[in-house]
Amino acid sequence: MRITRRPGRTWARRALVATSVLTASAVLAACGAGGRPSDQSTNGSGGAKSSAPTASDVGITKDTVTIGGTFPLTGVAAPGYSEIPTGTKAYFAYVNAHGGVNGRKIKYIVKDDGYDPTKTSQVTNELVLQDKVFAMLGALGTPTHTAVVGYLNSQKVPDLAVSSGSITWGDDPSTYPYTFGWQPDYEIEGKIIGKYIAQNMPKAKVGLFLQDDDFGRDGEKGLRQYIDKQIVKVTRYTSGNTDVGPQIAALKASGADLVVGFTVPAYTALSQLVSLKVGFKPTWFYSNVGSDPTLVGSLLAEFSKGAVKEASPLDGVYSTQYITGVDDPSDPWIQLWTKVWKKYGGKGDLTNYEVYGMCEAYFFVQALQAAGTNPTRDGIVAAVEKQGGDFTGPPLAPYRYSSDSHLGIGGMQVVQLEGGKTKELTPVEVSDLGKAPITEDSSQASDGPPASGIPDIQPAG
Amino acid sequence: MALPAVLSRPAGAVVGTAPRRHVLAGIAGIVIVVLVMESVDPFRQAQLSTMAYLGIAIGGLTVLTGLNGQLSLGHGALMAIGAYTTAVMMHDPTSPRPLLLTILVSILVTLAVGAVVGVAAARLHGPYIAGATLALAVAVPGIASFFDKALGGEQGMTVTTPAPPTWLDNGFYFLTAHDLTATSYIAYLGWVALLIAFVLLANLSTARVGRNWRAVRDDDVAAEIAGIPVGRTRVVAFVVSAGCAGLAGSLMAMVVRLAAPSGFTLTLSLSLLTAIVLGGLGSLFGAVLGAALLTFLPQAITGVGTGFGLSDVQSAELAPFVYGVLLVLIMLLAPAGLVGETRNLLRRRRRGPTPGSTSIRSLT
Repeated sequence: MRITRRPGRTWARRALVATSVLTASAVLAACGAGGRPSDQSTNGSGGAKSSAPTASDVGITKDTVTIGGTFPLTGVAAPGYSEIPTGTKAYFAYVNAHGGVNGRKIKYIVKDDGYDPTKTSQVTNELVLQDKVFAMLGALGTPTHTAVVGYLNSQKVPDLAVSSGSITWGDDPSTYPYTFGWQPDYEIEGKIIGKYIAQNMPKAKVGLFLQDDDFGRDGEKGLRQYIDKQIVKVTRYTSGNTDVGPQIAALKASGADLVVGFTVPAYTALSQLVSLKVGFKPTWFYSNVGSDPTLVGSLLAEFSKGAVKEASPLDGVYSTQYITGVDDPSDPWIQLWTKVWKKYGGKGDLTNYEVYGMCEAYFFVQALQAAGTNPTRDGIVAAVEKQGGDFTGPPLAPYRYSSDSHLGIGGMQVVQLEGGKTKELTPVEVSDLGKAPITEDSSQASDGPPASGIPDIQPAG
Repeated sequence: MALPAVLSRPAGAVVGTAPRRHVLAGIAGIVIVVLVMESVDPFRQAQLSTMAYLGIAIGGLTVLTGLNGQLSLGHGALMAIGAYTTAVMMHDPTSPRPLLLTILVSILVTLAVGAVVGVAAARLHGPYIAGATLALAVAVPGIASFFDKALGGEQGMTVTTPAPPTWLDNGFYFLTAHDLTATSYIAYLGWVALLIAFVLLANLSTARVGRNWRAVRDDDVAAEIAGIPVGRTRVVAFVVSAGCAGLAGSLMAMVVRLAAPSGFTLTLSLSLLTAIVLGGLGSLFGAVLGAALLTFLPQAITGVGTGFGLSDVQSAELAPFVYGVLLVLIMLLAPAGLVGETRNLLRRRRRGPTPGSTSIRSLT
């Protein structure tokens, strides 16, 4: 009574053989391991100071520096933000065409994360492990960068000029020693806006329209230091939920005649559109983040299907600025950026987002110069801590970099939008977190770029 | 004379039954994983860990949709539940909880949610299940935003990636002459979890449970007449599938080092669904293939785009476009998916042309 063989059994035999062979080869491949080599050569702390450029660290060769950044190039956050790295690249192309930094050309690798932290994590792995970047520059977004900030610091990758105003990047350098913010944080923006309202609109009943994350919360914290009693209503929106009708209706019902918005451009446009619909006409005061007239205007036209044209609804709106925008063609920095953009940029007119990217690029060139002929990852961090506070450049206010703070630009000025242009209402004011007072500091507000358009920072002895 | 059947079998029969075959395949899988993992660079290891968690989620979904006929658009949300459970347990770097316990709790919590959803889904048919689970996919990320004090809101909760225990690292070094890095440790964890999950799924689907799933899928009235409890069968399938999603979510949180609402949008649920269509409905091997496509294709396409001198934005936009075209082509040319179509081809060649043979059969 012989049972005929089932096909499964031959399959199983083959699997068994295959498994044994694979196991054997795996064991063979392991030959020579068995224990760790005892001599652990520790290297890298030497920091030999030779004058000729060498491959001094990961991502650095004698004639290139490779750095990376993550941005939303696709998806809902892409309009505007995707232009930032284009500006950064254009300025690097300009610097490279003029000899680079210490003879090294800067190569900037930009990856798309679609504003999805999962993808940020994947493409940051790619930048660090595959492309072997020396440093990160300008990685954009609070939730997205939160996913990778711990990883970058554990890998000791300098993480410079994060494109987000969250205080996380710089208030406590012992947590994230390799991470540096760049733009003014939202708390000092809230303080400066609050002080302006308290002084110039003391009778205003203030409503707040806030993004429901650190952006809105830090901003509110700053505002409440100055106008706590004037606030009659606080509403919040969740990013992604495009129905802001209830929030605007609540603001209208509260009798607020001045609404301060810590919003991203899309929600500035939505709040304007819904207010037009329900006939709510307060004075508006938007954070710098959400007040780019060109982008908000085009978003408004898109959301309203063409019923609202151009940026006219933003006329009379208050905001702040910390770098000069493209609406001021007489500004020497804007003249430099325009020159760079015409020669090395992409198509179309220069936008404020591209200017933002160029300013970050300018900062990186300064930091790289300060790190010396043969920069190391630890070296550039130390250089920014030591000299970053004295870097002068396109920002209207000085940087706050030190060994105690990795926060960036320390101040801004209040402006009013009129016909797509900005009118300056206050001098540049600087401050810091918490109870630090607001003081006037126009020392860097009117300086121009060096004639070459490229900074010249000498490394500190 | 009357020896029990097992004892009278020749030695080769030890591996003869389906569960044993699955276990053996699992062991072979581990060996392959070690060989592959040790011959690739850390970046590929990181990608492989992404592929592992996607593979587990897709495997769970392909069993639910392929074997039991329930179309879930909410598996991204179930992954979110697993991920947030892990994040809550591993948020604080100073007091890390045991890794296996964390994964187990994440699976159990997701199982519980899956049971509730499954009970509701068992009463629904076809597009209505899709609708109900779609609501889940939209609503769950909102929960994290609503309870922003406990769950971190829009910014999410960071997860401290576990470091490999010293004994494991030493043992591993002894065997392979490589150190277990944080990256490869998570990748191994993911693949071991995937293989265990797939062995269990394969066993379930060849056992009575799986036969019941198929019977209910093919004709629920006939199944009921045959004495199969239709409702309970559906709920069990959903719960098993949810368990896989919970495991996948837990691993995802560790790989991404963050659980945030923007990581669990509807796009995630839909991309899982496209992956089972690409690989082949109901096929676990197809699930691995689908996971590989989801993981490697976008990065490869973007690389090709940049190589051809496209701008960063253009090459970033190229990836979803190519993926869409590929999906359309596969649905047109290989409606049973890559694995399903290959299998049909092999079967036809073995048996000769059999007119009228169905193209989508019960595939495991």
